[in-house]
Amino acid sequence: MANPNPHTTRNPFTDVESAAVSVTIEDLSKSFGQVEVLKHISFRVEPGEIFVLMGPSGSGKSVLIKHIVALEKPTAGRVTIDGSDAADQATREKVRIALVFQAGALFNSMSVYDNLALYLREHRIANEAGIREKVMRALQILSLEGAVKKFPSELSGGMKKRVAIARALVMEPQLMLYDEPTSELDPVMGATISEIIATLKDDYHVTSIVVSHDRDLALSISDRVGILMGGELIFLGPPSELRNPKDPRVDDFLNPKIDLKNPRFKKLET
Amino acid sequence: MTQFTRILEGFGSTLILLIKSMSYLPTLPRQFHRFVEQCYLIGYTTLPIVAILSFFIGSVLALQAGYSMQNFGAKQFIGTLVGLSMARELGPVMVAILLAGRVGSAITAELASMKVYQEIDALETMNIPPARMLVMPRLVAVLVMVPVLTIIADLVGWFGGAIVSKYTTFIAIDPPAYFSALRRFMTFEDVLNGLIKAEAFGFGVVLVCCNIGLNTRGGPREIGASVTRAVVTSLIIILVLDYFVTKALM
Repeated sequence: MANPNPHTTRNPFTDVESAAVSVTIEDLSKSFGQVEVLKHISFRVEPGEIFVLMGPSGSGKSVLIKHIVALEKPTAGRVTIDGSDAADQATREKVRIALVFQAGALFNSMSVYDNLALYLREHRIANEAGIREKVMRALQILSLEGAVKKFPSELSGGMKKRVAIARALVMEPQLMLYDEPTSELDPVMGATISEIIATLKDDYHVTSIVVSHDRDLALSISDRVGILMGGELIFLGPPSELRNPKDPRVDDFLNPKIDLKNPRFKKLET
Repeated sequence: MTQFTRILEGFGSTLILLIKSMSYLPTLPRQFHRFVEQCYLIGYTTLPIVAILSFFIGSVLALQAGYSMQNFGAKQFIGTLVGLSMARELGPVMVAILLAGRVGSAITAELASMKVYQEIDALETMNIPPARMLVMPRLVAVLVMVPVLTIIADLVGWFGGAIVSKYTTFIAIDPPAYFSALRRFMTFEDVLNGLIKAEAFGFGVVLVCCNIGLNTRGGPREIGASVTRAVVTSLIIILVLDYFVTKALM
């Protein structure tokens, strides 16, 4: 059922609505030693929006997303969630943020059920019966009921991604972050994951930030797209603008032409 | 970064981990299942190897002592020598070395692979501190299990010495005489000193192994490197602590 109010996040388990959150990146810079990975990045993600962050490998997308969950500290600038500093423990306790890692980051020593139940148990959100209900509901949303007793090593790549999304979902997040959710998946499974992300937005109005190389995902489900290149934000706008990009760097990134006479790898800096 | 800076950084991060972990001590009743699981891994699974090694260490002590002492008629003190050596030094040190090799390496490998495969990052994004869930139960478990292992090591070592003393022809001391000599010069304080040392070694080993595991960066090769570093650092810590704790207890 679609949420009638686009400014609130509807809890998929209790149907209780809470305010959807915004994310603001202000003049963010990050360096590792002498290497500047992010250079003065600024943008804002509106409540309930799907924002897709694209860019070539090594452009700093994953580093940027880690600043939002305070896994990295900025060299300069700051990240705020609804006006509160993302690095503050108080913000992390107030706003429910879930990150779906690129490789899933499932706990290998735990079954799928225990992977999903861990957050609820550790934060004493419900009793064991309540936890079971929430876990099974999340698995049902992602059509994973059959995997409940399996261990991560027994799952396919697509199932791991879906379990990781289900684990994020039981946290009843106001902000969902996805790091390369469709990488290493076949096109059909990639489309399935894109549909899941869009459904979560439509049904629950979770604010979503998706880091991805997947052009189809960006064009079909995003509200806005940002493109990072060499640590700089070179494009910020709706996906419709990506169909005929004006910036040749954006065009080359989205529509790369294979040139066997003058191959790119020979032009790469060593 | 120089080697000296790295050592200082390692010392600092270990201290911070200790403080963080101990601040979660009130959550122990909620995590009792994890504490019990760690007691099983640290205590029960280490027990057979502790028993086997203690038996042979006690035996070889009796053998060497008997061989050396037979020339100046001091064979009757073999029980004393084996008893004091096991209780004050060899029992605690051997248990700690086994903990470093068997339990410490496993802890580092597990936590390092969790770090490398982003499971630790996943815990942090869920607002579940790794120090609470992964470190504190292990530290408490080692404090509970190390004295048990050390007492068993002492008893089995004394027993090994008694067997060798009876059945070696050039020693030939009956168990009553052996244990009588052991009791005559040994006090409860000797055993207690050994237990205090074992606690210090075990706690240090587990803390250092957890810290090295949690600070691993890179890939599978770094997991192996971390395990090696954890075991080597643990052995150094055991021997350095051994000197200072022994001196403090004298």
